[in-house]
Amino acid sequence: MNSQWIAFQTLVRKEVARILRIWTQTLLPPLVTQTLYFIIFGKFIGSQVGPIHGISYMSFLVPGLVMMAVINSAYSNVVSSFFGAKFQRNIEEMLVAPMHEWVIVAGYICTGIMRGIVVGILVFLVSCFFTHPAIDHIGIVIMFIILTAAVFSLAGLINGIFAKNFDEVAMFQNFILVPLIYLGGIFYSILKLPVFWQNVSKLNPLLYMVNGFRFGFFGFCDVSVIFSAGLLIFLTLVLWQVNIWLLKNGIGIKN
Amino acid sequence: MNAIEINNLVKIYKTGTRAVKGVNLTVAKGDFFALLGANGAGKTTIISILIGLVNKTSGSVKIFNYDIDRQFDQAKRIMGVVPQEFNFHMFEKVQDIVATQAGFYGIDRVTALTNSEEVLKKVGLWEKRSSIARTLSGGLKRRLMIARALVHKPEILILDEPTAGVDVQLRFGMWDYLRELNAGGVTILLTTHYLEEVQQMCRHAAILKEGEIVRLDSVKNLNKLIQQETYVITVRNMQPLDGIQSYAPVVIDEHTLEVNLNRDEQLNDLLIKLIQNGFAVTDVHPKEHRLERLFLSLL
Repeated sequence: MNSQWIAFQTLVRKEVARILRIWTQTLLPPLVTQTLYFIIFGKFIGSQVGPIHGISYMSFLVPGLVMMAVINSAYSNVVSSFFGAKFQRNIEEMLVAPMHEWVIVAGYICTGIMRGIVVGILVFLVSCFFTHPAIDHIGIVIMFIILTAAVFSLAGLINGIFAKNFDEVAMFQNFILVPLIYLGGIFYSILKLPVFWQNVSKLNPLLYMVNGFRFGFFGFCDVSVIFSAGLLIFLTLVLWQVNIWLLKNGIGIKN
Repeated sequence: MNAIEINNLVKIYKTGTRAVKGVNLTVAKGDFFALLGANGAGKTTIISILIGLVNKTSGSVKIFNYDIDRQFDQAKRIMGVVPQEFNFHMFEKVQDIVATQAGFYGIDRVTALTNSEEVLKKVGLWEKRSSIARTLSGGLKRRLMIARALVHKPEILILDEPTAGVDVQLRFGMWDYLRELNAGGVTILLTTHYLEEVQQMCRHAAILKEGEIVRLDSVKNLNKLIQQETYVITVRNMQPLDGIQSYAPVVIDEHTLEVNLNRDEQLNDLLIKLIQNGFAVTDVHPKEHRLERLFLSLL
């Protein structure tokens, strides 16, 4: 068997074992948080909000909250694991071995996607206690969940590569990711906003991820699905190349 | 064939620090080679360049003829590395750490588990295979580092101060194990602060000072460079020193003398003189190791 393939499998096995070993940190918290969102936004506040595009507010929330959990899980999985490896210096186990950069990137991204999907499925199952979500286009749902998890895993890896301390790990998540998530159309349709704010919202890449995913559920969304998918593919390719370049040049990990 | 060939190696860090200044070094296949030097001399930088943790500024490095600029994968495959600091995942199990490292070297899972069992038994850690690494004592963690470095059966073992902070018993045990590996054909390159370690195990040594090699020779020849050696002599009863005044002895206490001998003077002659003058000699040993003295004189 190809040695790079074995190294990839080894890294994935190691990372999956880490996710399972600390499942109370990796799998449980998003379930609790998203359940609270369903209760507070869906039940309490949602009961005061009318249907959106003919869909109950609780059902409207489901794709957004699933996607929110996927994004957070994929991102935090990779950034915390990679930075942890840097901090404890066990990243050197990979650097001294004949592992290619793409194997390291692929290993981390794969486990980021896996955790994102597992958490997404769990949150979706929780949503079934509150509403009866239907999925119109399962293919679109799967494509958007994988691509979104890939984009945020790759972004998390860049953060992990550059981070010098735990503050820098948390900074991007707290000051950039969280605002983008909340302004990404998870809780509302941008068509309800004034035109100016609709245009501002369109600068937020998360809007396209959430809406593309929502299209998979309901067959409609606020933006073009093809453009959203194209943007995700473009971001995945660009971030992949950036990560490969960073690792090849040893930025943030060598010297 | 040479195991390691370093030509005009230079490393300048972004801060402007010139850590390595044109080092040339050759380590023969099967050698037991030491890199000596004070902190900041460039030992760890050289080793880090060899193993791929630091990018060199210029120069060339070949490992068993594999140029690290063009064939680093092949070079890495035959190197095992024991870094100075513990760098394994503290919350993983002992065997997982070793088997995972094998996997990173492209060894399939079944072989990785077999190899890890073999090396863990060799270093006496098999009983602890299911323990979390964090719970091991310092000495056992050091053994784990060695087991991890050997799991892919490397031809060169590179050790950066492997016995730092290790108790005497374990250090001796590790020396025996490293000698056994070397006898089995593994080339060993180590850095150490323990000059005794170099004298006991290594055949060649390079002494580094401020990023340059100031002396490179066999340990045997390095020992010969010492012009004078101080011996500590324990006697049963102190006697008058008149008969041995030519050696300029220094009385330390009522049972101990210190005497400096030049290279052209024989220890035997001194002992005969002592006995002739009524001293009952119970012990003689050098005050410091020869290399230690050379090391200090060069730095």
